[in-house]
Amino acid sequence: MSLPPKPPERSTRRDLERYASLFSERTRGMTSSAMRDLMAVTDRPEVISLAGGLPDTSSFPPETFADITARIAEESCARALQYGPTEGLPETKRCIAEVMAAEGMTVDTDDMIVTTGGQQVLDLVAKTFIDPGDVIVAEGPSYPGALNAFQAYQADVVQIDMDADGMRIDLLEETLDRLEREGRRPKFVYTVPTFQNPGGVTLSLPRRRRLVEVARERELLVLEDNPYGLLRYEGDPATTLYSLDGGVYVMYLGTFSKILSPGIRLGWVVAPPPVLARINLGKQEADLCTSTLSQLLVQAYFEHHDWQEYIASLTEIYRSRRDTMLDALAEYFPPQAEWTRPAGGLFIWATLPEFIDTTDLLARALRDNVAFVPGEGAFLDGRGRSSMRLNFSGSDEARIVEGIRRIGEVIKEQVALYGTLTGEPQPDAEERRAIEKAASDETTESEGARVVELPRRAARNRRARES
Amino acid sequence: VSRVAVLKGGPSLERQVSLRSGARVEDALERLGHEVVGIDVGTDLIRRLRAERPDVVFVALHGRDGEDGTVQELLEILGLPYTGSGVAACARAMDKVLAKHLMIEAGVPTPEFFAFNQTAFRELGAAEALPAIEERLDFPIVVKPSSQGSALGIKFARTAADVPSALVAAFSYDAKVLLERYVDGRDLAVSILDGGDGQSPLALPVVEAVPTAAPGGEGEDFYDFEARYDIGRTEFICPARLPEAVTQRAQELALRTYELLGCHGFGRVDLMLGPDDELSVLEANSIPGLTETSLLPQAAEAAGIGFDDLVARVLASAFTR
Repeated sequence: MSLPPKPPERSTRRDLERYASLFSERTRGMTSSAMRDLMAVTDRPEVISLAGGLPDTSSFPPETFADITARIAEESCARALQYGPTEGLPETKRCIAEVMAAEGMTVDTDDMIVTTGGQQVLDLVAKTFIDPGDVIVAEGPSYPGALNAFQAYQADVVQIDMDADGMRIDLLEETLDRLEREGRRPKFVYTVPTFQNPGGVTLSLPRRRRLVEVARERELLVLEDNPYGLLRYEGDPATTLYSLDGGVYVMYLGTFSKILSPGIRLGWVVAPPPVLARINLGKQEADLCTSTLSQLLVQAYFEHHDWQEYIASLTEIYRSRRDTMLDALAEYFPPQAEWTRPAGGLFIWATLPEFIDTTDLLARALRDNVAFVPGEGAFLDGRGRSSMRLNFSGSDEARIVEGIRRIGEVIKEQVALYGTLTGEPQPDAEERRAIEKAASDETTESEGARVVELPRRAARNRRARES
Repeated sequence: VSRVAVLKGGPSLERQVSLRSGARVEDALERLGHEVVGIDVGTDLIRRLRAERPDVVFVALHGRDGEDGTVQELLEILGLPYTGSGVAACARAMDKVLAKHLMIEAGVPTPEFFAFNQTAFRELGAAEALPAIEERLDFPIVVKPSSQGSALGIKFARTAADVPSALVAAFSYDAKVLLERYVDGRDLAVSILDGGDGQSPLALPVVEAVPTAAPGGEGEDFYDFEARYDIGRTEFICPARLPEAVTQRAQELALRTYELLGCHGFGRVDLMLGPDDELSVLEANSIPGLTETSLLPQAAEAAGIGFDDLVARVLASAFTR
């Protein structure tokens, strides 16, 4: 018997150089970050994490899962184990059409491709449109996973401020004018108009109409990302950009992740035929086809179970968790903090006084075993450093209250410390309320505008402070 | 062949880096023919060590608990030989304020500084002394937590208005912070390795860290936490291109710092090379990183010591304390 060859000694420098010199220019932007390393500490069991974006999969009935898998085993085992068409199975596409119909959209199943999660749509659309240096317009703050997908193709992402009514379309138009003067034509506008991640706000109907008009006037594509539209806890359903536009300039991204399961990795894209053909080629080259097994799971589930009823039960759970978090915020966060009040979705975006850096605050909060997502990852220009994203879907109500209480304590500690350091004690809750009351007696400022404002943080200040 | 337990991970903020250091050490120990047990440090640490009965423990932890003497104290209690510095040296190196006081006493140059704990501000009105400090140190001022091992929480205050928020940030990591005079210059690191066979410790070739332009095209002028561990963000030059006299002086200062803190086995001393070739010591690390991008392995290699050899030497030093 001969011994296996001795593994060669690893050479540090050779390791480094061997790989580093081969990396593509593109991946130079893909660095891990301090924030990501901090996030690694948040998955300890003793940490109450309000950081994730996790749907509550424990509410899915195991009997239902057993039933649909048994059906697949009996009825379509060979097919489930086989490759499928790149664009997806026709029966799964019919389920997708049903989901879109539930949000008032009519769609032809020929106009869609079933993808490996919504995230793949971001990658495929980016791959289809972005050359290095191309401009992509997005909201600020924006979903970091989308920013990463666009940056992987070396896009120059320009972020547009939001307020309580979503993206400021007036600012969008100003930005588009400026870009035009610079001779740069954005490839598309990326938006999560309904229950935005991480902002929690929803684009108003007048702004939706205007956005679609702007797209037509300027022949500009829009990528509407709508993972949360069906998770509405109050108010009337929003009209999607896709319905308003009819699918000429608006490409639509949907996913089963938040309404059924993120584990099955199933999403879809609807786009005009020429665009879809390109995306299809990209998809073919990326993974040939989306998991047939996952597609059949959805098909069996839709055929034999009431998917809308499950969403109704999720909505029930999440609504009450959202209310619990909003109540806890009002009780435990100091008066200097502001936060959005989402009518649906999974997230609340809270903004603290400018002197608090939420990445550093996270390090402090982790000592008290609680975590959130610092806001810096949602911007590419250094803004967001005083904000945080809080998730209410993934924790039960007792943990939400305790988590918010702990975060509130560390914020108060820092507010008090700052007051001591500057010699200007920050007003406590009582005083602040009195001041505000006096102010509101004089002005007619609406309550909504104050609470949901997403303050702009000058990037310049941050650089000056830190560089 | 020994049975070696590699301690890694743990709850510190540098968990990820430690997991990477630990994994590399495990591979090297296996190649060296040892029996290796990797332990992600948690509440079951003592139980696991008692159950695994290792002959020796390789401590590949970074940051709080692992690098500050806490874990070392536990290993002393269990009577297990372990790599790296002992309890007291770890505590001294981890506490930048204490380390800097010791340097000053020993005549090792270190940037001028003032340190405070939160109590000083809360109960003794230290905020009123800030203007005097700012005048003494001149802007920009570096504000840092006393005990954070990485660059987390380090802020640069350009004006007096930046100081309070920089202090709040630093206090997120530690109850004690320091305000330090900023040295505009080159970032150097000197790694130290046990000499073996009773020889005195060896200063390895100097590494210079040069931040490269960020992918966005914007130059980073601060060697930050991210760059410290990522390929592509910082370029490391080893041996650093320095006049012979500067190299010698940097190595000599690093050795003096290592010895005055009482370090053992290995370590790394970070220095700044300011104007007029003036060197000053910023801090010492009792358990330097051992990842692909870490400075100690690079310096060792420049000295002709491969990674396995490096790990073997550090392991041997566990028995010579």
